[in-house]
This record gives sequence, C-alpha cells and structure tokens, in this order.
Amino acid sequence: MIEVKNVSFTYPNGVEALHEVSLTIRDGEFVAIMGQNGAGKTTLVKHFNGLLKPTKGEVVVDGVNTKEASVAALSRKVGFVFQNPDHQLFSETVEDEIAFALKNFGFEEDVIKKRVDWALNLLDLKKYRKTSPFMLSGGERKRVALASVLAWDPKAIILDEPTIGQDQNQKDVLQQFIAQLVAQRKTVVIVTHDVEFVAECNPKIVLMADGKILAEGSAKKILTNPHLLAKASIVLPQIAQIFSGLVGLGLPTDVINIHEAEKALLDFMEAKP
Amino acid sequence: MSFFEGLRFRRVSSPIHRLDPRVKFFYVCVLFVITIMFGGTIRKPELLPLIILFFVQVPLVLVAGVKREWIRSMRGAVFLAVFIFVFNFFFQYIYGNYESLPLLLEYSFAMVLRFLVLVESFSIFFLTTSPDHLGLALEQSHVPYEFCFAFTTAVRFVPVLAEEAQTIMDAQKARGLELERGNFIKRIKNYIPLLIPLIVNAIRRSLELAEAMESRAWGATEKRTNLYVLTLKNSDYLLVIISILMLILAVYIRLFLPVPPLTMLLHI
Amino acid sequence: MPVIETKGLTYTYPSGTKPALEDVSITIERGEFVVLTGPSGCGKTTLCRCFNGLVPHFYGGKLKGDVLVTGLNVRDHSIYELARHVGLVFQNPENQLFALSVEKDVAFGLENLGMLREKMKKRVDWALQITGIEELRERAPHELSGGQQQRVAIACVLAMQPDVMVLDEPTSFLDPLGAQRIFEVINELNKNLGITVVLVEHRLDLAARYADHVIIMDEGRVMLDGKPREIFRLEKARLMGIGIPKATRLYQILEKNGVNLGKVPITSEEATQILKEVLSSD
Repeated sequence: MIEVKNVSFTYPNGVEALHEVSLTIRDGEFVAIMGQNGAGKTTLVKHFNGLLKPTKGEVVVDGVNTKEASVAALSRKVGFVFQNPDHQLFSETVEDEIAFALKNFGFEEDVIKKRVDWALNLLDLKKYRKTSPFMLSGGERKRVALASVLAWDPKAIILDEPTIGQDQNQKDVLQQFIAQLVAQRKTVVIVTHDVEFVAECNPKIVLMADGKILAEGSAKKILTNPHLLAKASIVLPQIAQIFSGLVGLGLPTDVINIHEAEKALLDFMEAKP
Repeated sequence: MSFFEGLRFRRVSSPIHRLDPRVKFFYVCVLFVITIMFGGTIRKPELLPLIILFFVQVPLVLVAGVKREWIRSMRGAVFLAVFIFVFNFFFQYIYGNYESLPLLLEYSFAMVLRFLVLVESFSIFFLTTSPDHLGLALEQSHVPYEFCFAFTTAVRFVPVLAEEAQTIMDAQKARGLELERGNFIKRIKNYIPLLIPLIVNAIRRSLELAEAMESRAWGATEKRTNLYVLTLKNSDYLLVIISILMLILAVYIRLFLPVPPLTMLLHI
Repeated sequence: MPVIETKGLTYTYPSGTKPALEDVSITIERGEFVVLTGPSGCGKTTLCRCFNGLVPHFYGGKLKGDVLVTGLNVRDHSIYELARHVGLVFQNPENQLFALSVEKDVAFGLENLGMLREKMKKRVDWALQITGIEELRERAPHELSGGQQQRVAIACVLAMQPDVMVLDEPTSFLDPLGAQRIFEVINELNKNLGITVVLVEHRLDLAARYADHVIIMDEGRVMLDGKPREIFRLEKARLMGIGIPKATRLYQILEKNGVNLGKVPITSEEATQILKEVLSSD
C-alpha cells in the first residue's frame, strides 16, 4: 500500500528530519510508528499523503509516486487525522464539518448525505448533528475530526498521536475502534510515543530515532527489548518491566499487556502442584 | 515563511545593536527632519544633499553587520520608489510644469531618494533593535505597560502562529482542499477553512495566556519593576551629539548656503 | 492548619447548566504530594482553578462553600494576592511563556509583585538552578522543546516561592521521557523544598509512585480520597475509568484468583519484587 524507498528529507531551514528511510506497509496492516518527540515520525507520515515530498528517494502510495500526485488525490486514499482537532474544525454544524471533505472530493449530494449519516452513527455523534463543533468537549471534537476523515472511506488511515490528553475510558474506546478498522481491512498507521497504548493494541512496530528507522517488528519483539527502546528514548511498558524481572522463574518473557500477563500468571500457578 | 525569519531574534551583536533604542530613535527623527528640509522644488531640485545623506548611513549598515537584511528591505522598497518616480515625473511632464527635462528628472529622483533615505534609516533602526529591547525602551519611555507587553508578546508568538497556520493548511489540504483551483470567488471561499481555525485558536490561546498571566500576579501593583534596565552609555551620548551636530549643520546650510541643483553643477 | 481546605465547594460556570463541582470537601496538608485524577470532565481542572482564585474571580459563575488556601478564603482575596501562595502550571507549555527570553519569563511574576532588581536577579538565578535550566537562560521560548518549556514554566512559578504548586496535566504534550523528567523535578521541589504539590495526571503508571495522597473525582464529586495503595486497589477506582498502575492491576487480578500478594504494589519494581517472593515460595 505504502512504499518508502530510501527517503531523505530536509526542511527548508536546513534541518535533516529523515535520513535514508525505507519502509513497506502492506494493505490491511496495522503499524505503530514510535519514537520520542523529534524523531521524525510525523515528518515521515506526512509523506504518505504528499504533504511533504522527499528531498531524496521516493514514496509510492497505492502504486502512485507521491511526486506526481496532488495532496488531494493522495488524501482520497490516505486519510490523515491530525493531532489537534482544533486545527481543522471550522463549520457551523458537525454535519457540515463531516461533509466538507466529501464535497471537496466531488461526491454526489445523495452519496454525501448517506456518508454523513454513516459517519455520525459510527462515532456516536448523531445527537450532535446540528450542533456547532465549537460547543463540544475536547473528546467529542476529536471524534468529529475522526468522523470527517472516515466519511470518505479512505483505504488507509493515519492517526497522529491519538492518545494525547485522553483518559483511560477514551483510550479503551479508541483501541476498540482501531480494532474495528483493522477488521475491515483498512491499513491503519498510528504515530505515537504511548507505549502502554501500543502494548494493548499489539500492532507491528516501526521504531525511529534521529530521523532513521532503528527497528521493525512485532510489538512483542520490540517492546521487550530494553536496549533497543533505550536508543529511541522510550521506556518498556509496565507489564514488560515487571516480567523482565521475573525471568529466572520460568515465566514467558514476551508478555507486554495485562491480558497476556493475567494468562501467563494463572497458567504458571496452575502448572505448579 | 521567510518573511518571519527577519523577525526572529538574531543574536548578532554589534556596537549599533548595543545602542539604546531611544537614542537610535532620536537619530532617526533627526534624519527625518533633515530629509524633509532638502529636496527642493521642481524648478530648483536638491538631489545632492539627499545622495550624501543616503551614503552617510551605509557605514552604519556595515558596522551593524546587517548588510544582507538591509539590502532585502531596500529591495522591498523599490516598487514604491518606482511608483513615486513615475508619479512625480509623468504628472509634471504632462502638465508641462517644468523648466527643463534634466531639472525635472532631478526633482523626481530627489523625491524618490527622500523616501529611500527614510526607509534606509528606519530599516537600520529595526534591524539593529531586538523586539525585547524595543519593548524595554517603550516601557522606560513611560508607555503604559499593557502596550509594551502586548507588543513583545505579539512578536513572541509570530513564529508560533506561522507554524500553526502551516499546520492548519496541511490539515485542510489533507481533506481535499485545493487552494489553487477555482475561480476568484471560490478561491476566496477556500480561505475560510484556514482563517476560522486560525482565529478560534488565537482566541483560545489568548485565554490560556490570560490565565497564566493572572496566575503569576498580573496587576498586583502599579509600580511594576523590571529585570532589565536600559542605561545610557558613552556611545549613546556620542550618537546624540552627532545627531544634534548633523541637525545644526543642516539648518546652517539650509539657511545660509545655496544648494544648487545637481544638473547645474554638472553643467547639463 | 492544612495548606488547602475546601468545605462543601459547589461551583457552576456562568454558562453551565449543572455544577462543575459538587460538594467537594478535601483537606491537603502542608508538604503533601497529592495526585488528583479522574475521567475527562470530572472537574479536576475546575478544582485546580479554585485553588488560586481563577475560579471565581476570572471565570465568574456561582461559588458556594469555602476554599481556604493557607488560611485565606479564596472568595475574599484577589488572584494576585493568592498568587503569592499558590502557583499554577498549565497543560500547554507554549501558552505560559510570554517573554522573548527564559530569564525574563521567570522574572515575570516577580516584576508583577514589584520586587527590587537585585533581589529579583538572585531569585531568578535560584529558580533556574533548581529546575536545572540555567543554560537555557537566554534562549527564546519558541526554540525550546516541550519538556524544556514546561521546566521553564515550573521555574516561573517556583520563582514566586509559593506554598503550593498545582500542575494541571503538565505532561500531556510530552513524551514519556520528558514526562518522567518533569515528575522528577516536581518531586524534588516537594521533598527538598517542602512545597506542597497537587498534580493532576492521567499517567498514573509514571506519577503514582510520588504520591502520598490520592484524590479521585468523577462528575464533579470526590469519589475516593486517601492513600495511594488503599485507593488504587479498589475495584471502584478501576471501573471509573482511571488508568490505575498496571502493577496494582496485577495485584487485583491475582487477588480475584485467590492469590494474596500481601503488600499492594504501585510501581513495576514493587510488583516484580512481590511476585518473585510469592511465585518462588509456592
């Protein structure tokens, strides 16, 4: 779906944000791009819908070279949900907000109506249809932003730091929602430094630091490797920390979240006489 | 967004940068007065003094180390300069209101140069005075603190707002907004999804700023103190004296010496 | 005398239809490190604003009950008076810094209070030193990372030497490493300088270890109030949607399955220790 071929990117002010990055994201994959603030994660994903074009190398999205397509055309396939919903909300009603992109992409009136209804339903926003987005709470505004991107049903969805400022309930809902998207065979990319959330979601992880990719692999492999994570200035998830200290006892070492921990501990205790 | 680069505080320090902004402003005012005094009329233009004034300031630019930025701001003034020239020249030419062509040309150039000398001195002032120095000068000149604070805070947030504008543009482009497409009316409408978030966020931001200000005892006393203080140094007194001498010299020349047009001097 | 005390505090915003805070009665003793948490919209942000007078003086609205800060009733004192006793650090680092250099920002509060220059310089130096940002003294706020900006914000508040420092989700915009550094700075201020800390946080995995008093709110009311280990082990806390520390969660799970771990762990180190003992002794 998305191919990054040896991409380097330097900002106009001379800062090199990406250095010879190569990455392949397949159709329907669920990937988390992780690293500390400034590692180049957001810079990288902005190449996926053409907001940034590589200084060297190329990015191919669904068979199209990003240098040869407009942001609008690429966005049709790759939806980008920005970190701060207040950077996009401007309409008089939630309904209008969700319809905005659909209008831009040239959908027909009746299709727009159907899609808006569908998106409102999907994110539990029906009661806010005619409300001004500015009257909603922070969490609700995030849902409106998400709905407005899902409305045009892109093949791939990028979520930039979706867990910032969210409480546990909201994170749980988000996690389930992402699982739904993955089940629908959407390609989902999240950019985050929230290890705990990633440990719960269990995606493939791409670890970045200083504009380069340090490692790629399953969540289990990467989130239990303290040396690797230290290079990216990330800490192990709490559960992995706990279990790393229990190595000598014969418990599995690739446990990263509560469910696995529960299972591992109970199995272990059952096995004892 | 390279325009905003000029407003960022460049840590260049030259003797000119270190001068008190109030003294520099006095110098600029003196220069303004002198420039107005010369230039002449259509029949008796005075290009020469203005040329001298222009070049006299160039050493300041070099000492301050702001050559590149200064050239950039002078370049920006070219458009208006050409307009002033054309306006003066053609209007008088059409009305036949001139004695000879060389004199008319000199007069037009003199009007342009008046403008350029002013741009030159103002740009030297702004290029060698950092915004917080300027704010401090305003404060010590008894401008109410609210205004000084509003000024420095606005400057502080310019790069932040510029970045935010870029982010908003990216976010809306990612929803299919195409700024270059469409007829004139559509293009104007295309800016609504950019302006509204910008304005709304600016308002939210100022609310948060107000909270932070109040929480740090804003308004606690009338007699606000300051971590920094501007004190006049020897170099400042020197500039004041030079400015006053220039003014006296200019007045003397104006009153007692003839100022011939350049064309006459060159026997055109 | 407790450093903060609220009695039957009920508050409604001017445009609010129902109270943001309902019958909140809490006591915070001097020197405590309090972690205040709860689901979004529970009123913790509003409560913070009551401590320094933003509520009711800045926001208006209807305030019932009493809020006493170092003995002063918030209703009877202006925000700038209360600012000497309570400092507030906000969520967004960028919007708390107004000046063009860090040291000028740190001096801002002192300038407002009319402190004389010599004394002010010393206080600014002191605040910069304690928060470990001396080398950032002449930098402009926009050049700094989020974590650095928050440390500057803390220094700005610290310079006024308040009795209490209230921090409203200060690490929201920071990565875990940045967040950890902030907690360490705050902890030092609490343990070494005796400043009472009220920290509003969701990331309990990182912050719970510093607390000696936990208050959990929901829908404007105080639901749980007590010592961390007692509070986090309760099923009620978890069901409210609080992200209790994973270590404590494991404790709960094992307890439900008949395994008693004895002590309640809050940090991963404690959990490892306790599990080792229990599992190897079996």
